[in-house]
Amino acid sequence: MIEFKHVSFAYEKNAPVLKDLSFHVKKGETVGLIGANGAGKSTVMKLLLGLLSGEGDVLVDGTRVEKNTLGQIRKKLGFVLQNSDNQMFMPTVYEDMIFGPLNYMLSREEAEKRADAALEQLGITDLKHRHNHKLSGGEKRMAAIATILAMEPDAILMDEPTAALDPYNRRVVINTINSLPQTKLITSHDLDMILDTCERVILLDRGEIVADGLAKDILTDKALLEAHRMELPFCFAGRA
Amino acid sequence: MNKMEKALHELSEMDDLAAQESPIHNLHPLAKLLATVAYIVTVVSFDKYDLTGLIIFVLFPILLFQLSGIPVRTCFYKLRIVLPLVMAVGLFNPFFDRAPLFMLGNVAVSGGVVSMITLMLKGVFCLMAAFLLMATTGIDKLCAALRMLHLPPMLVTLMLLTYRYVGVMTEELAVMTDAYHLRAPGQKGIQFSAWGSFLGQLLLRSMDRAEELYSSMQLRGYHGHFHYVKINRIRPADVLYVVACVAVFVLLRIVPVTQLMGNQFVG
Ligand SMILES: Nc1ncnc2c1ncn2[C@@H]1O[C@H](COP(=O)(O)OP(=O)(O)OP(=O)(O)O)[C@@H](O)[C@H]1O
Ligand SMILES: [Mg+2]
Repeated sequence: MIEFKHVSFAYEKNAPVLKDLSFHVKKGETVGLIGANGAGKSTVMKLLLGLLSGEGDVLVDGTRVEKNTLGQIRKKLGFVLQNSDNQMFMPTVYEDMIFGPLNYMLSREEAEKRADAALEQLGITDLKHRHNHKLSGGEKRMAAIATILAMEPDAILMDEPTAALDPYNRRVVINTINSLPQTKLITSHDLDMILDTCERVILLDRGEIVADGLAKDILTDKALLEAHRMELPFCFAGRA
Repeated sequence: MNKMEKALHELSEMDDLAAQESPIHNLHPLAKLLATVAYIVTVVSFDKYDLTGLIIFVLFPILLFQLSGIPVRTCFYKLRIVLPLVMAVGLFNPFFDRAPLFMLGNVAVSGGVVSMITLMLKGVFCLMAAFLLMATTGIDKLCAALRMLHLPPMLVTLMLLTYRYVGVMTEELAVMTDAYHLRAPGQKGIQFSAWGSFLGQLLLRSMDRAEELYSSMQLRGYHGHFHYVKINRIRPADVLYVVACVAVFVLLRIVPVTQLMGNQFVG
């Protein structure tokens, strides 16, 4: 469903951020994209969404991401931004949630139904009519996830979905991710969450894929992780 | 809360006011918009010496305050910055126009004084009417109404986003001033030497945010066509409201009611 073929990208000349990246995410798969700060995870997401464009081919459902296919591709992808503040722009959570569905020509009733279902699913119906800028960091994140669920995309991209969440809401998000049938690409430094949600992991270091395989193999490989500025998930780290 | 957060809070209070329930809130936004425009046009059209004719127009905002439950205090508090500016407009008239217009007891009242007061009232009335429109309707519905009047979509969306963007910029400013003061304890305001980089950062940061916000909109299917909030159909009551307002305004504009009433008592 999602395919990168020899993709390279640089924000500034002579400072490549992604180097010859190739991978393929199959339909229904949940893949964790991990790597140290600045490894290029968010950049991968942005290329996929056509917010940036580099060399090589990025394909979604076999269609190349380029200017005239953007509308069609973005309809299939839901993206939860790393910074929820930048995701929500309507005055209330509810208005934000129906923004996407309305743009895709759904009726208001249908849009509202979807919004309610998404709020229900995340257990945050009480946030529906709250003002976005009066939400706490964690509440904002939950609301941002809800706005994406309301769009019912074919694939969901999440950049750090559990950052800023308390343990309870983190668990809610993990359970939600696990209950979603869609294809999912998730970046996070919360490796325990990755372990709980992804069967497959791609490890990125300085713009290159250094490992791609089963989560339970990569996330238990202490030597590999440490060689790329990472640590074992807490559940394997043991206590000294 | 620092100053910026207070400002932000005030901005959101406008949304809160607009979310209340009242007969005025329930009127169709387009009806309120048209009535307000009619009011402003009528008020502005008064002659600069026609203080007596103008004064009766204070009734419209008073009535709206009563019916909508918006406190008059809130209005003047929110307008505290622009109000003095508007009032200042006619301030010099008394110096230029010294010809006595009529006698008040033994004192000759000059044309300048009258025109100053008329100008000030015009300003205050119009501001109150605009405030009431905003406070009982909200920016989203207002924009939807403007679209119904077939204003260009670009223009209306721009208006809406500008309103939102003020919020974004204020938020950034709030975060930055906090960060500044945490590392500059005991300092009042922001040191002049830091202004340059402060403003530069503010601009960059809010531009970054605006850009991310915009891409977030695009990712959710935005193509320049904004779906404004749902507003009810126009009901007979809405039409009646506009017609009644316009009729009363025109009537009061033509018939010098205050003078007639005055004559009753005096003469
Ligand atoms: N707008 C930009 N202009 C120039 N360089 C950028 C820009 N955005 C990111 N970079 C650089 O690109 C590299 C990869 O950034 P990216 O945001 O993809 O990292 P990341 O893996 O998401 O990191 P994190 O875990 O901190 O979110 C970093 O070295 C960063 O400094
Ligand atoms: Mg990132």
